[in-house]
Amino acid sequence: MAINLKELSKKPIPISPGHRACAGCGSIITIKLVLMAAEDPIVCACATGCMEVVTTIYPYTAWRVPFMHNAFENAAATMSGIESAYRSLKKQGRIGKNIKFIAFGGDGGTYDIGLQSLSGAMERGHDMLYVCYDNEAYMNTGIQRSGSTPMCAATSTSPVGKAAQGKKQYPKDLTRIMAAHRIPYIAQASPHRWLDLMTKVQKALRIEGPKFINALSSCHRGWRVPMSNSLEVCRMAVETCYWPLFEIENGVWKLNYRPKTKVPIIEWFKTQKRFQHLLKPENAPAVAEIQADVDRRWSELLQLCGEKIAP
Amino acid sequence: MAKEKGYKELAIGGLILEAGNAAAYKTGGWRTYRPLVDKDTCTNCLQCWLFCPDVCIDVEGGKMVGYDYDHCKGCGICATICPVKAIKMVLETEGSVDADRKGCFHSKKKG
Amino acid sequence: MQRIAALTGNEAAAEAMRQIEPDVVAAYPITPQTELMQKFAQFVADGIVKTEVVLVESEHSAMSACVGACAAGARVMTATSSQGLALMWEIVYIAASTRLPIVMTVVNRALSAPINIHCDHSDSMGCRDSGWIQLYSENPQEVYDNVVQAVRIAEHPDVLLPVMPTLDGFIISHTLERVETLADDAVKKFIGEWRPAYPLLDVDHPITFGALDLQDYYFEHKKQQAEAMTRAKEVILAIGKEYGKLTGRGYGFFDEYRTDDAEYIILCLGSAAGTVKSVVDELRNRGRKVGVLKLRVFRPFPDGELARAIGHARAIAVLDRAEGFNAVGGPLAPEVKSALYKKSDADVCNYVYGLGGRDLSPVMIRSVFDDLAEGRADARQAIHLGVRE
Repeated sequence: MAINLKELSKKPIPISPGHRACAGCGSIITIKLVLMAAEDPIVCACATGCMEVVTTIYPYTAWRVPFMHNAFENAAATMSGIESAYRSLKKQGRIGKNIKFIAFGGDGGTYDIGLQSLSGAMERGHDMLYVCYDNEAYMNTGIQRSGSTPMCAATSTSPVGKAAQGKKQYPKDLTRIMAAHRIPYIAQASPHRWLDLMTKVQKALRIEGPKFINALSSCHRGWRVPMSNSLEVCRMAVETCYWPLFEIENGVWKLNYRPKTKVPIIEWFKTQKRFQHLLKPENAPAVAEIQADVDRRWSELLQLCGEKIAP
Repeated sequence: MAKEKGYKELAIGGLILEAGNAAAYKTGGWRTYRPLVDKDTCTNCLQCWLFCPDVCIDVEGGKMVGYDYDHCKGCGICATICPVKAIKMVLETEGSVDADRKGCFHSKKKG
Repeated sequence: MQRIAALTGNEAAAEAMRQIEPDVVAAYPITPQTELMQKFAQFVADGIVKTEVVLVESEHSAMSACVGACAAGARVMTATSSQGLALMWEIVYIAASTRLPIVMTVVNRALSAPINIHCDHSDSMGCRDSGWIQLYSENPQEVYDNVVQAVRIAEHPDVLLPVMPTLDGFIISHTLERVETLADDAVKKFIGEWRPAYPLLDVDHPITFGALDLQDYYFEHKKQQAEAMTRAKEVILAIGKEYGKLTGRGYGFFDEYRTDDAEYIILCLGSAAGTVKSVVDELRNRGRKVGVLKLRVFRPFPDGELARAIGHARAIAVLDRAEGFNAVGGPLAPEVKSALYKKSDADVCNYVYGLGGRDLSPVMIRSVFDDLAEGRADARQAIHLGVRE
């Protein structure tokens, strides 16, 4: 089913202006696209973090759909309760409408502190879509490293100094951790490819059971790029194959986008000041190592998706 | 801003009962640069409307009709992603050439 | 029409839950609460309750799911103990301040470390300031009665606060006693239906739960919460009275036993009261003017009522089944002292007893009354009853 923007523009956008996200925020674009894609009535939950804070500063809310924030690490558990209440009340005939459930969390609330709650909710099979807006660090508290922060990225807790060149570890692969839960639908997406993201949301919401979408969402403050480049920097992450776009439907892997030419990772680094130390000649070996990691992971993915490896 | 309510007047539990009332909060004052759209170049592809993080591009009948400057924070994403480069960013202090109050202008009208 | 059954404290709580038939229960097993949830899970498996059970992966998620389900518009219950309550602490506060009338039975168990599975009140006392109403139970009958009343209290429009009925782990949770239970429809009628004013699932009237509340409004929301706790006092009394009409077992803030003319009074919570009562009877037979006040409602704290009930005594011993680690004593004694401040000349002293399930024997209770009568009790610092030097 194609998404027609002219048709879509006739519907109210489920999020209002007047929210306090930074000018040019990438995460709010992700949230907005996800909400606009939803067709049925939806109820949303969100972990503590940027998106919760900027959209609900009392007495104002930017949410035009029912919304609940509980705490940092429990968006999935909270949604488990909401969805269970729905099933209970529906079974008793106290609710007639079909409602879909979407939980949001940043990478801090999803990869790290909320991973247990997410894992439990997915294993229990609740009918919900969980969307991680992954901006690769704890941005709300001032750019601290997370389990999603890229190797060598400078953050306020993994700074560059004489003894360290940014974060010393590779991020965990949350999308594949979710794949290990064997839930019916998992996808990786990026807001700059809006049709891909929105189609994935629509597809996910039509499937019953737990679904997970990991959407790269730039933070220009943390990644240190001009605020007008929030989408461009996501595009480069996809073109370098650092953030591939794919989906796993009932265990079948499918690549959704293959760049015509795989751009070297250094080009993505050049767009962001969090990586500027990597442009120094003495850090060339680190860049080569990261490139090798990207290459290895990309060919693994191509294999999983049944794609040709070469060239 | 309206007078702040006392505890007896507020809904309990910190609930907000008016969905989307954030629209009453104006973020336009954050802007340093103001977007202006050349409606002679614009193709109404609605990419700017789709991607605007602040939900402040107005569309009527499938056509982009200008900006909600009460909320536009001036990030410039619309200008960056516009496929036909119809949008330019001007310093808020420089004035708006011949644009109307919603930021629309026509480059071909006067030549 | 009441039915008589032999039930443990856990079974009594599970039976009340079956009759209440909440829309959602989210829980995680922990000793000694486990039996309660297993029993309820069997009711669900047998299809005799309509409840959706969420068998979560931790107590933190149990309370998180309860908060979500209750906000959604469901009647919600859970149960836990000790470390489980400690793990859900953060969300216990959120449940109260979001004004969600969840009922959670707490089977009291000592907190780690060292790890221990037996009774003391350190778990529920730890969250005494979380905004939950707390009802302590002496025996399985009171467990049943308190759980049923808890639903009514929590959901009362003047209250809308979560309620925590508690029972002493193993001592009550695993002790079989005679319990009178109401007919199912009498319980249903007594608790009525739960229809929240602003359910999250009302998609036609979208609302926001859990907004960021800063300097300009947070304080007002806390004031509302404090007022609700104050109003809860009247509601608890009215419901206790109504329950009494229905069952012949009325409930107030506390239970006074031979205190009217008593010179020396022990004040305690939970199962200890039974033992103290038997010692009171024995000493009364010997002509000693002693009595016991068993506090049922610890939150809200009935300070004025308490002062009127025991202010006439010459000396009062407050028994705490939790240590406050404040270099003074347990958590209950300071509240009693403050209730009596300027209202009574009684000496109030504090005994910490029974930590980690240590028995409270009649010998110990006699020694407390002897201390009071002979002026040996220290009014400043708690005595640790039955601890070896």
